[in-house]
Amino acid sequence: MQFSYIQPTSIEEVFKLGSAAPLYAGGTDLIGLMKDDIIKTDKVINIKKLKGLDKIEDKGNKGIEIGPLVKIADLIENETIQEKCPLLVQTAKEIASPQLRNMGTVGGNICQRPRCWYYRGDFDCIRKGGDTCYAVGGENKYHCIIGGGPCFIVHPSDLAVALLALDAKIEITSENGQKTVPVNDFFILPEDDETKENILEPGEIVTKIILPEQAKGFKTTYIKFKERSSWDFAVVSVAAVLKTDGNMIKNGKLAFGGVAPHPWMEAEINQKLTGLNTDEASVDAFTSSLFHNAEPMEKNEYKVILARNLVKRIIDNLA
Amino acid sequence: MSPKDISRRKFIKNLGGGVVGAGVAIQTLSAKTRKESKPPSKSDSAVALTFTVNKKPITLLVEPESTLADVLRNDLKLTGTKVVCNHGECGACTVLLDGRAVYSCHMLALDAQGKSVTTIEGLMDGEKLHPVQEAFVEHDGLQCGFCTPGQVMAAEAILIKNPKPGKEEIIEGMSGNLCRCAAYPNILKSAVAAAEKLNKS
Ligand SMILES: Cc1cc2nc3c(=O)[nH]c(=O)nc-3n(C[C@@H](O)[C@@H](O)[C@H](O)COP(=O)(O)OP(=O)(O)OC[C@H]3O[C@@H](n4cnc5c(N)ncnc54)[C@H](O)[C@@H]3O)c2cc1C
Ligand code: SF4
Ligand code: FES
Ligand code: FES
Repeated sequence: MQFSYIQPTSIEEVFKLGSAAPLYAGGTDLIGLMKDDIIKTDKVINIKKLKGLDKIEDKGNKGIEIGPLVKIADLIENETIQEKCPLLVQTAKEIASPQLRNMGTVGGNICQRPRCWYYRGDFDCIRKGGDTCYAVGGENKYHCIIGGGPCFIVHPSDLAVALLALDAKIEITSENGQKTVPVNDFFILPEDDETKENILEPGEIVTKIILPEQAKGFKTTYIKFKERSSWDFAVVSVAAVLKTDGNMIKNGKLAFGGVAPHPWMEAEINQKLTGLNTDEASVDAFTSSLFHNAEPMEKNEYKVILARNLVKRIIDNLA
Repeated sequence: MSPKDISRRKFIKNLGGGVVGAGVAIQTLSAKTRKESKPPSKSDSAVALTFTVNKKPITLLVEPESTLADVLRNDLKLTGTKVVCNHGECGACTVLLDGRAVYSCHMLALDAQGKSVTTIEGLMDGEKLHPVQEAFVEHDGLQCGFCTPGQVMAAEAILIKNPKPGKEEIIEGMSGNLCRCAAYPNILKSAVAAAEKLNKS
């Protein structure tokens, strides 16, 4: 890798630089991509010196605003987040390793590129502008079971899964102004564009992550299934926000990581949660209906069962 | 290339992401490290970096693409910091940046602009070992020793944050440092002993 390092201090300066260079926040993803020649560039725009984007602000009933440059470790240590959104703390603790959490940012976490090993290797696959997905008929144990085609990645971000279950919004700023979109509309499927994972266009910057005020009385948790206890990406993960009443779930939401090219939530699944009895038979009936519409690849059918069992575990623990 | 041409060998060679066991990752990626080490000559694109290393203020010219580990090892000859995976996956290159553990192989040296870096060399007091280092010697917290500087720095980072960490906190804090010799039981013993030592002194 060889490039120049540009360090703007205001967002206007970033816009003036044009849209040709990658934004560099913590760099924990971008450096890996550059070392492996997956991203080639003659300059990087370090955004760490942009003012005001590294704060967490409690806006009362307008929710909590998280700057994209907040480090994952600082999110975990933040008292407002600890008090008002333990789910985010629990999720952030599951990310990577202590060192990477000291380096990586919240914005970089949701904008990180996929971990498909063909994408990260010397393969000119569809996501790199080629015409073949090597995961089809290849090593697809860690690929998606739903929402795939023509590319079959899973989205690697842990935070994005929790943010989806929390109904968070993403503020995007460009030269032309600002817009705020729900997390669900931020991420896209390969069928919409197989070369990127979200709606960001060159020249657009994530400037805020907005957590709406959380309704009282909900229990939350994040379960991440990984293959070893040191750092690892999720094989399947589930973020849950549930309200229970005796042995009944009043309502709630389940968001899934590791199953689809973007963090995955289904209205149908959440509707079935409403009024669900927590006796074993009802829970079994519910969980065995999950992902009945999945289209697993040759080597990843196990993820359907894994996702169902994680949900069962969550309901057993929370309800 | 058609999918069936991908032999298992090729597959492992191209594996960058960390989904398989650490042993494989380290073996494949160390080849990369060798490819990337470059002669220390400076081109026109070099930029001034001013920071503190082991309490000493330093200014030098660095290439924008140099990692902090490159600069520590090649320019400042602080070779106690080891580079193994060069991909932010193993922790051998752990140093402290403003008191927090970071992977020096996976950040640009220019990101240390104006900051304070502590390496394993900075822990010693003259010829006297730091209590964390002593603990690793006393409790045999190493086998080949290659991961040890990183392990010691990770342990030191835990103790800076909390001088009285519980065992869980130590395990969690050391989880970003892999040991290929799997000396984990004694590494943990050493880190726990280091905490006790510091609290006694
Ligand atoms: C060994 C290893 C293990 C990991 N494990 C996990 C894990 O378990 N879970 C997980 O979720 N992640 C994991 N990661 C991914 C890790 O890189 C992210 O968690 C980290 O938060 C990324 O943040 P960053 O600031 O370093 O991103 P960068 O590398 O700086 O940026 C990543 C991408 O986001 C873009 N970007 C950054 N900020 C913005 C912004 N404000 N607006 C628009 N675009 C932006 C960049 O241009 C770049 O394309 C792991 C990474 C490594 C190397
Ligand atoms: S899943 Fe996507 S990123 Fe992976 S090989 Fe197929 S097209 Fe490429
Ligand atoms: S050398 Fe492995 S993390 Fe830096
Ligand atoms: S790698 Fe040999 S002692 Fe850890």
